Amino acid sequence: MSREAYQVPIAVPTPGRDSFQTGISVEGPAINYLCGDCNAKVPLKRGDPIRCKECGHRVLYKERTKRMVQFEAR
Amino acid sequence: MAPYQPSQAELDRRKIVGINAETVTDVTSTDYPGHYTGEDHSWDKNQFEDNFQVKMYKNEPLESSFSLIGIDAAVSNAFRRIMIAEIPSVAIEKVFVQNNTSIIQDEVLAHRLGLIPLKGGKEGLLEFLKWYEKPADGEPGFSVDNNTILLELKVECTRNETAAKGETDPLKAYHNAHVYAKDIVFKPFGSQERYFRDENTIRPTNPDILIAKLRPGQEINLEMHAIKGVGSDHAKYSPVATASYRLMPTITILKPILGKDAEKFARCFPRGVIGLETVTKKDAAKKGSGYEGHEGEVKAVVKDPMKDTVSRECLRHEEFEGKVKLGRIRDHFIFLVESVGQWDGDELFIESVKILRHKCETLKRSLTNMVR
Repeated sequence: MSREAYQVPIAVPTPGRDSFQTGISVEGPAINYLCGDCNAKVPLKRGDPIRCKECGHRVLYKERTKRMVQFEAR
Repeated sequence: MAPYQPSQAELDRRKIVGINAETVTDVTSTDYPGHYTGEDHSWDKNQFEDNFQVKMYKNEPLESSFSLIGIDAAVSNAFRRIMIAEIPSVAIEKVFVQNNTSIIQDEVLAHRLGLIPLKGGKEGLLEFLKWYEKPADGEPGFSVDNNTILLELKVECTRNETAAKGETDPLKAYHNAHVYAKDIVFKPFGSQERYFRDENTIRPTNPDILIAKLRPGQEINLEMHAIKGVGSDHAKYSPVATASYRLMPTITILKPILGKDAEKFARCFPRGVIGLETVTKKDAAKKGSGYEGHEGEVKAVVKDPMKDTVSRECLRHEEFEGKVKLGRIRDHFIFLVESVGQWDGDELFIESVKILRHKCETLKRSLTNMVR
């Protein structure tokens, strides 16, 4: 049998939504997101699963910027 | 050879724009030199002064109606256009949004705020407030107390704890569910306090304009800069809601319209245009008037042609064929000027005259410079 036979690739987790759980979590400041379903504030750190802690909804929105925004009234 | 002078009746006839069932005739004016051979139609200041008339019908703060009689369409149209596009007024130009969590997007909100008509002390707006110089791209603007008006809108929606349980009306169930124009607060700075105090404060003309709707937890927190501008820059600076004119209608009854026909004729026009009178003995006695032998019958008379909308309804009916002639007087302009509140109705026209005069003076000056 040839040594250059086909080798089954070792399972490498593809970077995806849930891969953060298995990856190394890096400590960072928690950023607040808003749940798309119940509008609760969801503090998330890097590596946390993207999921609302209250209702389990998987769509989160970024909070509005704290900076002033200028518009022309036209 | 002395110029031929046509009769007044002929001159009046020339002023009429003919209105037929499907066509309009004699639209352009003919009272200029060279149109009629042998007649002198050169413009004369004294003659204009003698013929020109202004009639005021209505003079209210927000609406004025008046007639200019004996003026060319070019000039009266210039007044109309100046009222719409060149009389300055103050409107919100910049919006600085600190927070806006309402469902209405920042840029839409800013646009809505810009369109809110403002009013305030006349002296402050006309004398004290100067033009704001638009800075070049990327440069910071130069806002001071005599070119910028600072306004603020700070509203937060909360639940009304005292509301009945199961209340479905958002206005009762929440505080500040609706944001109105009256929530805009004027923030005077510098010497603005002196000009815009008490009843002179800068405020929206219509306090009940709905700006946005909120739900508990949402808030709007922003500052606004209002500046002076002209309608040619943006419609929000236009001081008039409408400024329009129409020509005075004429209705000439050529042959008598009597009895049932007269009633039908009156119904062809808006109320008050045609009156019904009885044929008097004197009318019936007049030979060739068409009233002979009709004493005591109802006849149609023209009472107030100004109220006519010139719908031409009377021209659609066979029984009136050849009995009536519709027209408009070419040099009689009935203006209707509706102010949005910053200026008074009559001030707008006076100001448009002032601006046209100023323009003429500028033209004259540059002409003399050119000749020199």
